[in-house]
Amino acid sequence: LAAPPHRSLQSDGVNPDLASERLTASFSVEKLTARLDGGAEHTRMRRAIVEAIESDPAFSRENQYFQSQNERYEAAVRRAVHLQKKMREMGWTENGPEIKYIYRWLSGDIAFLLHRVFMRSISVLGSDKQVAKWIPLATEHQIIGSYAQTELGHGTYLQGLETTAVFDIATQEFLLNTPKISAMKWWPGDMGRSATHTVVFAQLYVHGKCYGVHPFIVQIRSLQDHSPRPGVTVGDIGPKMNFEHTDNGYLMLQNVRVPRENMLSRFCEVQPDGTYVRWGSQKINYFTMTTVRISILSDEVILPLMKACTIAIRYSAVRRQSKLKPGEQEAKILDYQTQQQKLLPQLAAAYAFHFINIYLHELFDRGYQEIQGRNFDSLPELHAFSSGFKAMVTQYCTSGVEICLRACGGHGYSLLSGLPSLYTRVLASCIYEGENTVLFLQTARFLIKCFMAASAGQPIPPSVTYLSSAKPGKCPAKDKLDFLSPDVYLKAYEQMAIRSVTKLQHLIQSGAEKHEAWNQCTVQLVKAAQAHCHYITVKIFVETVEKLDNKAGIQKVMKHLCDLFALHGIFSNAGDFLYDGYLSGAQMDLVTASYLDLLAVIRMDAVPLVDAFDFTDKSLNSALGSYDGQVYQRLYEWAQKSPTNQQVSPAYGKYLKPLLQNRLSKL
Amino acid sequence: LRGEALVINDPDFQHEDLNFLSRSQRYEQAIRKSSLMVMKLREHGIADPDEIYWFKRTCLGPFPEPFGLHFSMFQKTLETQTTDAQKEKWLPLVRGVNIIGTYAQTEMGHGTHLRGLETTATYDPATQEFILNSPTVTSIKWWPGGLGKTSNHAIVLAQLYTQGQCKGLHAFIVPIRQLGTHEPLPGITVGDIGPKFGYDEMDNGYLKMDNFRIPRENMLMKYAQVEPDGTYVKPLNDKLTYGTMVFIRSIIVGDSARSLSRACTIAIRYSAVRHQSELKAGEPEPQILDYQTQQYKLFPLLATAYAFHFVGAYIKDTYRRISGDIIEGDLSELPELHALTAGLKAFTSWTANAGIEECRMACGGHGYSRCSGLPDIYVTFTPSCTYEGENTVMMLQTARFLVKSYTQVSSGQRVTGMVSYLNDLSRQRIQPQHVAARPVTVRINDPISLVEAYKARAARLVEAAAKNLQAELNHRKSKEDAWNRTSVDLVRASEAHCHYVIVKLFTAKLSEISNAAVRAVMTELCLLYALYGISKNTGDFLQAGILTDTQVNQVNQHVKELLAIIRPNAVALVDSFDFHDVHLGSVLGRYDGNVYENMFEWAKKSPLNKTEVHESFHKHLKPMQAKL
Repeated sequence: LAAPPHRSLQSDGVNPDLASERLTASFSVEKLTARLDGGAEHTRMRRAIVEAIESDPAFSRENQYFQSQNERYEAAVRRAVHLQKKMREMGWTENGPEIKYIYRWLSGDIAFLLHRVFMRSISVLGSDKQVAKWIPLATEHQIIGSYAQTELGHGTYLQGLETTAVFDIATQEFLLNTPKISAMKWWPGDMGRSATHTVVFAQLYVHGKCYGVHPFIVQIRSLQDHSPRPGVTVGDIGPKMNFEHTDNGYLMLQNVRVPRENMLSRFCEVQPDGTYVRWGSQKINYFTMTTVRISILSDEVILPLMKACTIAIRYSAVRRQSKLKPGEQEAKILDYQTQQQKLLPQLAAAYAFHFINIYLHELFDRGYQEIQGRNFDSLPELHAFSSGFKAMVTQYCTSGVEICLRACGGHGYSLLSGLPSLYTRVLASCIYEGENTVLFLQTARFLIKCFMAASAGQPIPPSVTYLSSAKPGKCPAKDKLDFLSPDVYLKAYEQMAIRSVTKLQHLIQSGAEKHEAWNQCTVQLVKAAQAHCHYITVKIFVETVEKLDNKAGIQKVMKHLCDLFALHGIFSNAGDFLYDGYLSGAQMDLVTASYLDLLAVIRMDAVPLVDAFDFTDKSLNSALGSYDGQVYQRLYEWAQKSPTNQQVSPAYGKYLKPLLQNRLSKL
Repeated sequence: LRGEALVINDPDFQHEDLNFLSRSQRYEQAIRKSSLMVMKLREHGIADPDEIYWFKRTCLGPFPEPFGLHFSMFQKTLETQTTDAQKEKWLPLVRGVNIIGTYAQTEMGHGTHLRGLETTATYDPATQEFILNSPTVTSIKWWPGGLGKTSNHAIVLAQLYTQGQCKGLHAFIVPIRQLGTHEPLPGITVGDIGPKFGYDEMDNGYLKMDNFRIPRENMLMKYAQVEPDGTYVKPLNDKLTYGTMVFIRSIIVGDSARSLSRACTIAIRYSAVRHQSELKAGEPEPQILDYQTQQYKLFPLLATAYAFHFVGAYIKDTYRRISGDIIEGDLSELPELHALTAGLKAFTSWTANAGIEECRMACGGHGYSRCSGLPDIYVTFTPSCTYEGENTVMMLQTARFLVKSYTQVSSGQRVTGMVSYLNDLSRQRIQPQHVAARPVTVRINDPISLVEAYKARAARLVEAAAKNLQAELNHRKSKEDAWNRTSVDLVRASEAHCHYVIVKLFTAKLSEISNAAVRAVMTELCLLYALYGISKNTGDFLQAGILTDTQVNQVNQHVKELLAIIRPNAVALVDSFDFHDVHLGSVLGRYDGNVYENMFEWAKKSPLNKTEVHESFHKHLKPMQAKL
């Protein structure tokens, strides 16, 4: 497998400070890339697709940082329309293997993403007849859809939604209403300006009785002139921290009527006489919603961290500051221990999460098979996994990207570094698809239940059996090298997770009123869920490394990263490991020593390790992070393209000149 | 606050919501308001610096302004570093804003490490001029505020060359734009560095100079001088610049307190308005402020905001107290204050930075909307972790002072001030164990006892870092290398020292509060601040044997109890910060709590809503549907 042109060592113009970093790699970058892609053939396909997209100027993101909200929105719509054309030309299909690479490159900077959610919700929640009617229209973009669940006053807690859908037997229609301002649909993407239809979640009322929240297909704009339908008030919710290109919208419904057939009815239906019928198991639907949390991790959460690491680490090899040895040139900032301590744990986390993501996908694929066979046993476990890992990975990656941003000093603050946009995007993931604190509490509830079941001698799911294996003891490590043994640190994590759960069981049982007791323990419950997820992540990293073959030095360098991820976690949460004395104070000093030693070791491979992520310069879109390391030249060139330097600002003539009152022409 | 109302209601200061403006428009609005403000200053004859500062804050609110560096760095540097003749020439022009200036220090390739700057100023005795040059791309001046489009002068820091020798960094007054036309002068390339995370209204700029000549008199010559024949006269004392740095860092500590207070005000008020889920089955959805997890996110930050207010005031007072001594030439207290403010600048800005984000996250989805005001607070505040000294570098400066003090104590000398706890180390020397291993009886509901616990932790971490540094020095030849290999420990020691100082200052403040009810609530906040800090750093306290496992449990338990105790006063405690709605700039944080209806009103003004059907329907969507 030949290295792609963007990675060639011979190419002229690579900053020598970056070129030298690539000469000392302890492993084959190309082989690691193939491993990350899941095989060299996938790497080839991905690169071909990236090449096809990047060579098409319609997809260029060159001026992105200079555009207004209106321009970004229009560009996203234009790209989405062009993508349809491109896919036909290239023979790519929605269900083909290429699609994930296409969207990964686009990094979400495209319109109609909620249109895809609209289609998926109809496929999952709609009857066969509904699927047959709507999906072809949506596929052909005859209609553009959105997904309207969240309301102005209601988010994560779905039962609290206030929009109503009242069945009118006389006309066989549902009457949809937004009874008050907090009930307005708020946030749905593609809805503010683009969508013609949306799936609206509303409280269903039949004969005055409320049946809870159900989904309805509602047309919101005319198919002729795109104006809002009668009774519909719809618009854009205004500027946000990011997603300027997305028209997140609001929607108010006043006596909007939709036919009975527009309630999505795979699982339940209102019959013409008003009888409410429910059939089948909704559990599969529940499973689908659960998988969404996992499906966002790779592209929306882990990828931004990988990009941020790439930018920050390459820049840190180019940026020089102060002298480490008198008389020498100023040192690369990557040589400072404090800089390594900021960046290298983030790099290790990016790899850790890449592997946990693969593990979760395998787990969910297996779960899907079982559920297809009407075996729902694994559902609670899968739900706990998706909640806890969504919360942990989004939280960790968000803080990781911010650390990378701040590690680039002043230049990180420039939009041209690419880091602010990565940060403001990834941090949204902490909120959407379930607020993280709420999700951690769901995982905690599962852990407590399992622990109590285990105490009562009942069987519990495999991922939590460790909870019942608690044995008191002390960490056996005597030397700092002992902490490079996965058995040693895994055991420490396991003990820590067990302690944080078992500590709670007493609290919960002692509570006078159960819900009161629960609210009184939520801070510790969140900690317990985090401890569990952290432990599983370390465990999966260790198991992945064991399975790697050691050709081309890959296993060795991954082992270093795994050790770093684990020890950094202990170092940063020392109190949790010292508590109860599983680790002694002296052992904690050994952990610290071992952890700091690892920084210096991984430092040598830092640039090759981010090169292996194989981002093209265009997909990074960063003046600091390009492969050639020509940071300053690029920063200067890009700045000159800024509209502030192209246009004459009226500010001088209008305000400064009168102010300066200059009778002087020269000083 | 009557004055505040006057400015806020002045129609001249009204403008469209900044969130809906492009960057160029925001810059123009800022220039308009700054110019207006200067006109009003002239009109009212306001010249006192404190009054100017207050007036500016009222006119411009918390937003950066393109004239910011003119009043702070440009004017201040001219006031302190010029000869009398230079003062006479420049100060009237500067004070009357007949010229607009900025301060150009940072270069594209060089920031915190000043000695690395590459811009050169070479003296030419034949014409009695300095020739300024930007010899490389990395030497282009980059980032100075107001440089891109606004200023016509800059103070430029450059390496001085005279008689073939480099004499190090010196400051020069450089005209950059033609008076009257505002066009760049020949030999000057100047422009805006492009869009940033925040600071949209600021024209941070670049400046490249090619053989640009300025007269000899444009070098700031109060201290060092170049005589007409090129002879260089050395300055007497270089510690004097410490004074300015202490002053600026004390402002950042104050900014940390204010920015965090604003974020807390928004998040706490909104949490009282927002309802979600159920705590008890069948009951209405509770205010999210009633959830323990929400309280745990917000109340420690509220306590932190108060703590930082007191610390900011302390530094400012101390600086005022000793600035008289500085003018008299007595610099004895400066090194400690300089070291302390470096660390506190880093500690408070890091904490506030993370705290603002925590507040935003605590507001869920709506915190992400620009209407919450939180994104703006964050992007405006976050660069303070970098400017005026990158935080990690600041922490290491404090560490240098701590290690020096430790070394003094080890060699039998006594140290004074905030580090005097290190004196106790010598008495411990007879015992073989760690200093901090001596039992500290900590009473967890007594702030004074908690100060002792923080002191013991700081002592332990300073000692550990100093010993590790010594061990590295025994192994290696290079001092710098040993320092680098200990720097993670050193930063930890500085953090612990700063944390101790803050708990100590907060605690000391309590006895000064005469009103019993206020003192009671401040005591609760002080306890929460101290205990929360312990619960987040239990490792340090356990490892040093300062606290036992049981006490850690008690600390956690007491933190939870304090959350419930503070809950009824939470909104009142943010109301006390007394931010006007206009300066808070947040729909979620409105004083009247009418959040949802005003979010809708705000959204209607979004640029995407200008027309009922967006133009991209006609340009893209319609043709796409027609084609299929």
